[in-house]
Amino acid sequence: MATDFENVVRPEPGRWLQEHGDTLFRYAMQRLRDAAHAEDVVQDTLLAALQSHSGYSGRASEKTWLIGILRHKIVDFIRIQVRESTVDDISALSDAALEHSDLFDGRGHWIRPPQDWGDPDRTLHNHEFIAAFEACLERLKPALAQVFALRELAGHSNDDICKELGISATNCGVMLYRARMGLRRCLDVRWPGGNSGETR
Amino acid sequence: MLSCKDASVIVSDSLDRKLSLHERLSLKLHLMMCNACQRMAGQMQILHAVSLYYRTATEEDSHLKQVTLSKEASERILERLQSAADAGADDDQV
Repeated sequence: MATDFENVVRPEPGRWLQEHGDTLFRYAMQRLRDAAHAEDVVQDTLLAALQSHSGYSGRASEKTWLIGILRHKIVDFIRIQVRESTVDDISALSDAALEHSDLFDGRGHWIRPPQDWGDPDRTLHNHEFIAAFEACLERLKPALAQVFALRELAGHSNDDICKELGISATNCGVMLYRARMGLRRCLDVRWPGGNSGETR
Repeated sequence: MLSCKDASVIVSDSLDRKLSLHERLSLKLHLMMCNACQRMAGQMQILHAVSLYYRTATEEDSHLKQVTLSKEASERILERLQSAADAGADDDQV
């Protein structure tokens, strides 16, 4: 009503989608790694933005505002996934290494020792390595991949992830351990490495 | 004395939090003597570094630039937004 004369930001969901849709989608893809899921959270974000546009002060840039909403939507999404998966294998979580216990013998020594991946700098700039990394990330259990993505790809702190997902610091550490071991193990097979001569 | 399995847990933890002095020392001692775990620690570092590469690459990297909303998805979302906006506009009139 009278607010029409004030400096109120009118909702323009069509323009938001056009101008920021790809940015939001990339941001979501980087963390969720699934196009259908990413599309869903982008839609949820814009719907939420539409409902709460009066909460947008105009102080932050529009993009920053939308990404702020998106972050919450992503965490909500992951929280549900993690909760579902931890219900499934809550007992497995109690033993940090259960999933990878076949890598070690009874005394905790390597049965299958890790391979040499070659010079780190060269490895990191190798497209084949990046492709193998992505393939391995996709093979990880979704909940693990997403916790890993939040921690490592999105750079959230451990504490934030625990809080956001409502899991204990121990479980959070266990999930990250299992994600890293899963990736490491998968890459040991898929990444022929720094042409290591001696492999076992 | 740490086992290799313990060492792998501590290396993973070291990427997320500050290790205690005891953890740091026993890991260091173990790594000095264990080639396999040195490689494991190197691999974990590479996984951490490759992630940093992704993190800093969000906006500009060509690899991610190609990732865009599909036309179908855009249209679907737009339709959904429009129906929500229409419903919302009716509310605003009151």
